[in-house]
Amino acid sequence: MDLGRLKNKQQKETFLAPLVSLRQVKKVFPPVRGGNPVHALGPIDLDLRAGEFFAVVGPSGCGKSTLFELIAGLAPATEGTIAFEGKPIAGNVPDGIGVVFQEDSCLPWRTVRANIELGLRKSRLPAAERDAKVGKVLELMNLTEFASHYPAQLSGGMRQRVCIARTLVMEPRLILLDEPFAALDQQTRLLMGEEVLRLWRAIGATVFLITHALDEAAMLSDRIAVMSARPGHILEIVETGWPRERDSRILEDDRFGPTAAHLWRLLRNETLRAADAR
Amino acid sequence: MLCGLPVILVLTWQGLFLYAGEEALRSPAETVLAAISLVRTELFWNHLAETAHAFALALSMAVITGVALGIWLGYHRLSGEIFIPMLVGFASIPKVVLYPLVLLAFGLGLPAKVAFGTMFGVPPIALSTISAVNNIRPVLLKVGRVLGLGPADMVRIVLVPAVMPEIMTGLRLGFSLCLIGTILGEMFAARRGLGYLLMTAIGLHDVDLIMALTLLLTLFAVCASAVLLTIDRRLRRRL
Repeated sequence: MDLGRLKNKQQKETFLAPLVSLRQVKKVFPPVRGGNPVHALGPIDLDLRAGEFFAVVGPSGCGKSTLFELIAGLAPATEGTIAFEGKPIAGNVPDGIGVVFQEDSCLPWRTVRANIELGLRKSRLPAAERDAKVGKVLELMNLTEFASHYPAQLSGGMRQRVCIARTLVMEPRLILLDEPFAALDQQTRLLMGEEVLRLWRAIGATVFLITHALDEAAMLSDRIAVMSARPGHILEIVETGWPRERDSRILEDDRFGPTAAHLWRLLRNETLRAADAR
Repeated sequence: MLCGLPVILVLTWQGLFLYAGEEALRSPAETVLAAISLVRTELFWNHLAETAHAFALALSMAVITGVALGIWLGYHRLSGEIFIPMLVGFASIPKVVLYPLVLLAFGLGLPAKVAFGTMFGVPPIALSTISAVNNIRPVLLKVGRVLGLGPADMVRIVLVPAVMPEIMTGLRLGFSLCLIGTILGEMFAARRGLGYLLMTAIGLHDVDLIMALTLLLTLFAVCASAVLLTIDRRLRRRL
């Protein structure tokens, strides 16, 4: 098949091999002190397309964060395979994956600049090249004037931006976000969401977002996976069909309400079930 | 309160002096005079140099061993499970009972003093380092992993700075115990050092010298403690 004949970039990318693929992935935690083993996740089959913005929503305790750690290479799967760019992820964080955690993960004893420089530590660039890259990311994230501040001197939202900047400077092809705005207030969340959309377009990476906020998922994503209560598996993958150029004003779009409502319909039963189980 | 404490101590001292009399101790004023004349003698400085030498060696060895041991046992779970109980056991042994063994192993002189001082200093430093490593926020270790830091970078960039404030607390404890150990080590089977000087004074019932030495050692310990406390506070302020 001639790739050139495909109509647009999106189709081409869909045709190409998935960036991340999960096959029959399961995670079972070993029993703690005579209890039963906990089946946290799976089996899950999932393909992430290169360049898309993908979100996962699900009731709390459904294994979203476990799924996140598996793809980040921070924990091994009990069963099944996970591949990034065709190569299996075997309990190690692969090159080309950038991770932003839910908690503030700035190193408090390093300035903003020094924190961001850590992202380039592994690549061992010459100092001049490193400074240029850090400068560019500082500018991209509007952090330039705070470069020599310590994290404790910044607000929660600013600190999270430092963490995102530290990830971006690595120029990842896949960015994993684990509820990165959970600790922020609603207005900051929406604006940070816009910012993430802007960055996503600017650097052309694939974004994988874990969130419990339906509106956030509905606004940001191309596709949204809704997960079941534990053991988490994927109930449905919802395509939003938003244009690539979008921002938080998508909330006003006629199709936003039905999309969010559909997500909530799927999630409501699961959340109730999860609450009953507890 | 902080200024009131020394006043209360001096007043208590003066009261004790009035009660117990000349044979037992000297008044604060007499002690200060004795201390001033003591620091004017060359003899004192020779002994002090010997003690300072031994103490500096013992303290640096205790810090290096304690911190390294603490990071290893705190970070590597299996080693921790095996060796932490042994360390706690060792910490609870009255070190003095090991003194004869130290003398047998190291002979008379500087090495024995240093070894003895180190033995006192290692357990508190190691134990506080272990607790510091255990208290690191797990997300910081995950950050180290997703940034692809090697083991050496992990220790230098994440572990050591994260544990520094809590280690300082252990260092303050280790510092005082190390000083006790070194002085104690000099009290027996030594020919030089402030501990030896103090034992000689006790043997000769030279109350002036005993009191003056005690005062000087106390002042040194208090000042050093204050410096360490300041560093401790400064390290914590950024967190």
